[in-house]
Amino acid sequence: MTTIESSPEVVAAVSNASVDADSTSWLDRFVDVFTSTDHKVIGRHYFASGLVGLLAIVVVNILIAVERLDGANITLDVEVIPQLLDAQRVGLVFAVLLPLAMAMSVAFVPLQVGARAIVFPRLAFAGFWMWLGGAIITVVALVNNGGTLGGDSDMVDLFIVGLGVMAIGLTSTAGSVVTTILTTRAPGMTMRRVSPSTWSAMVFNLGVILVMPVFVGTLTYLFLDHRYARTGFGGNEGILDWVGWIFTQPATFLFAIPAVGMLVEIFPITFGKRTPARGVMFAGLALVGVAALGAITQQNLQNLPWAGSQLSASNLDEKARDLVPYVLFNGLPLIGVLLVLLVALQIARPVEGMRIKVSPAVFFAFFGYGMVFVGMLGNMLYAIDDAGVQGTVFEEATLVYIVYGAVLGAMGALVHWAPKLWGRQLNNGAAITLAFAGVAATILATFPLYIAGLLDQPAGVAYDDSDLEVWNILSLVGHGLMAVTALAFVLLMLTSLLGRHDDDAVGDDPWNGQTIEWGTTSPAPRDNFVDVPIIHSAEPMLDLRAASAAPTNGSDS
Amino acid sequence: MYALPAAAPPAPQRQVLVGVALAVMAAVMMTGSMLAVWALQRRDAIDFQGSWLPDGVTIPEVPTNVMLLAFVGICVFGQWAVYSAKNDDRGHTILALGCTFLVGLLVINAQAYVYTQMNLGIADGTYAAMFYAITGFFMVLMIIGLLFTTVAAFRFIGGRSADRELLTAHALYWYAMSAIYAGIWFLVYVTK
Repeated sequence: MTTIESSPEVVAAVSNASVDADSTSWLDRFVDVFTSTDHKVIGRHYFASGLVGLLAIVVVNILIAVERLDGANITLDVEVIPQLLDAQRVGLVFAVLLPLAMAMSVAFVPLQVGARAIVFPRLAFAGFWMWLGGAIITVVALVNNGGTLGGDSDMVDLFIVGLGVMAIGLTSTAGSVVTTILTTRAPGMTMRRVSPSTWSAMVFNLGVILVMPVFVGTLTYLFLDHRYARTGFGGNEGILDWVGWIFTQPATFLFAIPAVGMLVEIFPITFGKRTPARGVMFAGLALVGVAALGAITQQNLQNLPWAGSQLSASNLDEKARDLVPYVLFNGLPLIGVLLVLLVALQIARPVEGMRIKVSPAVFFAFFGYGMVFVGMLGNMLYAIDDAGVQGTVFEEATLVYIVYGAVLGAMGALVHWAPKLWGRQLNNGAAITLAFAGVAATILATFPLYIAGLLDQPAGVAYDDSDLEVWNILSLVGHGLMAVTALAFVLLMLTSLLGRHDDDAVGDDPWNGQTIEWGTTSPAPRDNFVDVPIIHSAEPMLDLRAASAAPTNGSDS
Repeated sequence: MYALPAAAPPAPQRQVLVGVALAVMAAVMMTGSMLAVWALQRRDAIDFQGSWLPDGVTIPEVPTNVMLLAFVGICVFGQWAVYSAKNDDRGHTILALGCTFLVGLLVINAQAYVYTQMNLGIADGTYAAMFYAITGFFMVLMIIGLLFTTVAAFRFIGGRSADRELLTAHALYWYAMSAIYAGIWFLVYVTK
């Protein structure tokens, strides 16, 4: 067992507090669910909502995929299809990707930096409720013919308001997370000693703080113009022209950074090594964020406007002018994730006597990273005009790759840190099976759409070429498998969460973790640590185990 | 049993200041994006219609310039509060915060005067909708600033005079508001 040294008075005080907590009435506990200042409770809310959002959006994806089975005929109501496409675009980013990425930040970052609480906890929780309220408003608007192609003017207004409220909520929580990382790290924990997950959370949340206000500012114009003037922004059909950038690449790269960071969080634990070249790994994660931010602001320069025989050696200066921004905005995020991969491969390089402790999280993290990486590669191809995939289903496939990849990363985080959240671990065998099912579902749901996009299947649900049907059938199978995977994961989590058997109960450090959250009890107490520990390296728990294993003169400690 | 050595409880590290800095960053990003879209729409309107300001609408320049000058005062008073607090001068701290509040009210009053003098309805076209969006958002920031000043003043009146970080954050907020208004003043009121 691993624990933190504590003075007897503090231990007694905490024990008394926990007795008090146990004796609170159900009403107090019910109220605590809505007003808690415990970051783990807030993080659980984000996780639960993100998983519910995933289940809902997978159903939307299945409906769209069913509609695509016969490209020449429309099965559903014609007016429903634009709402479904809107729900898919908005939902994948705002109901799945963002809440799950935020959940990973809120639930685990304070534990990892050695903080007793998240800074501004009420702001963080208010942010969650705002996001949830905005999501409900958006769903109501879409169901009642709102959305970017909706026919009900008031509902279109409501749709814009819903998006804005969600963005403000997420920004509030992001402010709380970044302040926590910057101001409440344990003594000795410099920024170079924070964990990869914490670093990726900071890059992601800073990105949210920089990007969401731009989104909200434009939405404010869109709302007032749509409600009162309808001349300057193209009505509801202009919504995507002005704010569509947040529902697609490269903005989604920014939101998928926590999933990328999971790879280098889990690999050192799996292979029992320290992370080499931490600066390179941090630079890689930051590069994804910076490049994505830069690309968001310069979307008109990202494409490579080459068509026809552009590979000749003529007009080199003009070609260089086209190529440089394309490579900068599309290549830099890839270089960032490749740097992360290089560090991970360095960790995984076998050495004599290396012991591998395989956990389900490593599969989720690896597959999640891989899917995000393939999505980035796809986006690089999408930006080449000569590839001829713009305006096809290729873009949707790229978005789904990124989002499903990030979902796998978030599932990995839940599997890994479940002991700290509720004191039990998920069934290892079942979780590993779900990781494989998740990656198979992602590939099946998206790769056929890459092929269909290359074969010129237009975005939307209609197409003329019956040869494309097979790719759409495969995509439907993939979304169906993802629905089963998501549902099974939720059930697995609930079984662990509500389980009364002691079989799943774990010690404080079931994975031989390296960071300080594994030094507190499982589940972590409300204040995380009885006493805040002093940090002397980036892997304090590894240091402790090494010191304990080293031969001592005289007696064992 | 493995045990990490326990540290003394760490002192709070400028959480309010960092939080306000992040909030200010978000406000600057939001205003910056709104001004960028304003400039884009203005350029398109001038290209297609020859003018951006609707016919018959005149921007009263005196109150808009007075607002810019008022922000110089707000920054001075905000910094005066920080200086006084550092010198344990509670009286002058409260006086400086009071002056900040009054000049802030002056700015809101001047903006209300601009609204009444322009006689522009929010439904009078894209210019009107965008004008009310950007200046309305700025008024929201002003009201938040006044609430911030009020809270800071009452904390000092209540005797929490060691809370200097709050005043530094308060001054930072008003510096940022000054920069934001300078952008609005130049793009909305000067170049029109």
